[in-house]
Amino acid sequence: MALADMRSPIESGCPDGFQYMHPVMRRNFGLWKYHEHPRPGVLLHVAHSGDKIWTVKAGTQRILDVYTLRKLTEIGDKFADGYIHFTLRSNIEYMTDDESKVEPLIKALEDAGFVVGGTANSVAMISHTQGWLHCDIPGTDASGVVKSMMDELIDEFKNCNMPNRVHITTSCCQINCGGQGDIAINVQHTKPPKINHDLVGNICERPTVVARCPVAAIRPAMVNGKPSLEVDEKKCICCGACFPPCPPMQINHPEHSKLAIWVGGNHSNARSKPTFQRLVAAGVPNNPPRWPEATAIVKQILKAYKEGAKDWERINDWIERIGWPRFFEVTGLPFTKYHIDNWRGARNSLNASTHIRF
Amino acid sequence: MAKKIYETPMLDELENGPWPSFISGFKRLRDDHPDSRINEVVGSLLGQLEHSYETRKGYWKGGTVSVFGYGGGIIPRFSEVADAFPESKEFHTIRVQPPAGNHYTTDMLNQLCDSWEKNGSGLVTFHGQTGNIMFIGTDTEGTQDFFDDINEYGWDLGGAGPCVRTAMSCVGAARCEQSCCNEHGIHRHLVNEFVDDVHRPALPYKFKFKVSGCPNDCQNAIERADFAVIGTWRDEMKIDQAEVKAFIEAKGRDYVLDNVTSRCPTNCIKLNDDDTLTVDNHECVRCMHCLNVMTKALSPGDDKGVTILIGGKRTLKIGDLMGTVVVPFKKLETLEDYEELVELASEMIDFFAENALEHERTGEMIERIGLVNYLEGIGVEVDPNMVSAPRQCSYVRMDGWDEEAEKWFARKAEQAAS
Repeated sequence: MALADMRSPIESGCPDGFQYMHPVMRRNFGLWKYHEHPRPGVLLHVAHSGDKIWTVKAGTQRILDVYTLRKLTEIGDKFADGYIHFTLRSNIEYMTDDESKVEPLIKALEDAGFVVGGTANSVAMISHTQGWLHCDIPGTDASGVVKSMMDELIDEFKNCNMPNRVHITTSCCQINCGGQGDIAINVQHTKPPKINHDLVGNICERPTVVARCPVAAIRPAMVNGKPSLEVDEKKCICCGACFPPCPPMQINHPEHSKLAIWVGGNHSNARSKPTFQRLVAAGVPNNPPRWPEATAIVKQILKAYKEGAKDWERINDWIERIGWPRFFEVTGLPFTKYHIDNWRGARNSLNASTHIRF
Repeated sequence: MAKKIYETPMLDELENGPWPSFISGFKRLRDDHPDSRINEVVGSLLGQLEHSYETRKGYWKGGTVSVFGYGGGIIPRFSEVADAFPESKEFHTIRVQPPAGNHYTTDMLNQLCDSWEKNGSGLVTFHGQTGNIMFIGTDTEGTQDFFDDINEYGWDLGGAGPCVRTAMSCVGAARCEQSCCNEHGIHRHLVNEFVDDVHRPALPYKFKFKVSGCPNDCQNAIERADFAVIGTWRDEMKIDQAEVKAFIEAKGRDYVLDNVTSRCPTNCIKLNDDDTLTVDNHECVRCMHCLNVMTKALSPGDDKGVTILIGGKRTLKIGDLMGTVVVPFKKLETLEDYEELVELASEMIDFFAENALEHERTGEMIERIGLVNYLEGIGVEVDPNMVSAPRQCSYVRMDGWDEEAEKWFARKAEQAAS
């Protein structure tokens, strides 16, 4: 096609959501009074006007094929006036102002294989990234890890038996696109990149790669008469930051790319200020197609949390109260030298007191 | 000719178990879809994914693909194992901006399905971690055709690369009594001011807006956004004492003591002998905990606005950073208020564009140059709400003290007068 025939884009940006919003929500925008939680997976919001709206939340496979999406819209047409809302964690929500539609809606969703739940103090849907399916730098898959774990955690999604909500996240590299979570399962590389020196000079913008290294372990070098890059392996922290700008610096390895598990990330300001997740376990095998070792540790942590935390304590609140030594005791996880931070600001994480629980 | 079916013994394991299986969905597209192009593309994708599972490695590489007139919005993917799996050798993702608040009609979703089946693989996610609808899997030609199609009925691409990214906002005022602002309006006012910066990546690195209607921050804005807008209020929270009594009747006094009053981070809420609650609003930090527990009895006040925190980001390169307070409180009622918000964002993006190093996020830039230099650069005065504690070390030159103290008293006098 000639350039002159190309269609210019309409730069409309972010669409107005009101045109797609359930009329009861449109009518009561900013005028809601309170909410109740009639059963797991269902919320009831009541407006100052007296209007009521029931929300039914369901988990899906997240990577949707059009058949699944059309099934979801069909259910929406039948039971929820043709309106749908998606949550941050990719759950689907249906709204209706007719209470009698709630049970049939739940039944229709469950009959079609979807899982109603994920509200209040449940284990919410695991938020995940792209992994082997679509990412250019992944150390593991995302959809497969999440499918395997949710198979095991489904009862905790469908019920509200946790002290408070649990947000789990996964990330397929150490950039951590999955973000902070009460529990995070993230790739952790353990060996420096393997460099294909024949390709670096042609493919990589070398100064950019040198600048990208968090610990200044990369320097330009001539290798076999070709311009390349070399890594000071004593300094290298195996983070993989050089791999995206320089694919010949392969960081992923079938054995040495492991999983690490972090806990206590909490985005909410409720009670304490938002917190970052902390390392609790590493060296976990990256073991497709089911990743049983990672799931086992997650379940171990959830069990200790469920038994030990008080109502409304998120995982970070619970550990703050019982202390980290007790956390390692009750979960049975080993405490190693790798748990002691040495990154910038690390001294703030050391115990500068005699506050010790015996 | 019979369609080539790749064996997928490992992926088949992911069809077992009670949670919905994405692999089963892929197979429906491979086996049942009337369009043989989709059958072949998804079949080939399954083959490549199985290969990744077997070898524990990814096989996609990036590249340069966009649509006519834009420089970003597409995540290009070319297969490194295209010889073995040729039908999915190009498998780009198209990032499309969702409506503010992620609301959809079923009709609109079906229409998007129709368009996607014409040009893509039939795989889609609502939504990716940046907040986009991700239409996963098409070739370069399909990218343009699909965009031309959906752009005609109201959809536009999101950001990818070093640019202003797609924004996110919570359901907020549409269905939540804790909402303290018009998340929807804030989201669109901000991101739609910068469409050019979304579509043509020219910043040092990414810049994200996220909006949460209250300090529960359901959008993870403080942790994930360069520019986090969080709804809050500054007058007294509302207490419905009849509902307090009803709550105690249902749950007991101990429950309130254990789960409400004793969890207050500033000890500003008190249960009285007559089963009423008293709040010292001057000490309250709007953490939301008591409102979360007693949804009927407690609610935000009327003098609502937002707190703005700047510089949140994930690990690369200096480690994770939370956003920190730059605007403790801002009313957002009049059009003028919104214009000021957009103006502030514009100042910040300009300063970022001029001062950040390549591949440096706003939070990292602030870490490098110091918050005070940043504030001076964007024209914002210092405020004690920006710190959790003042300076600890005496090693600093302070010969401008008198003028700075003057400024503080002058600002205080100005505030008192207005």
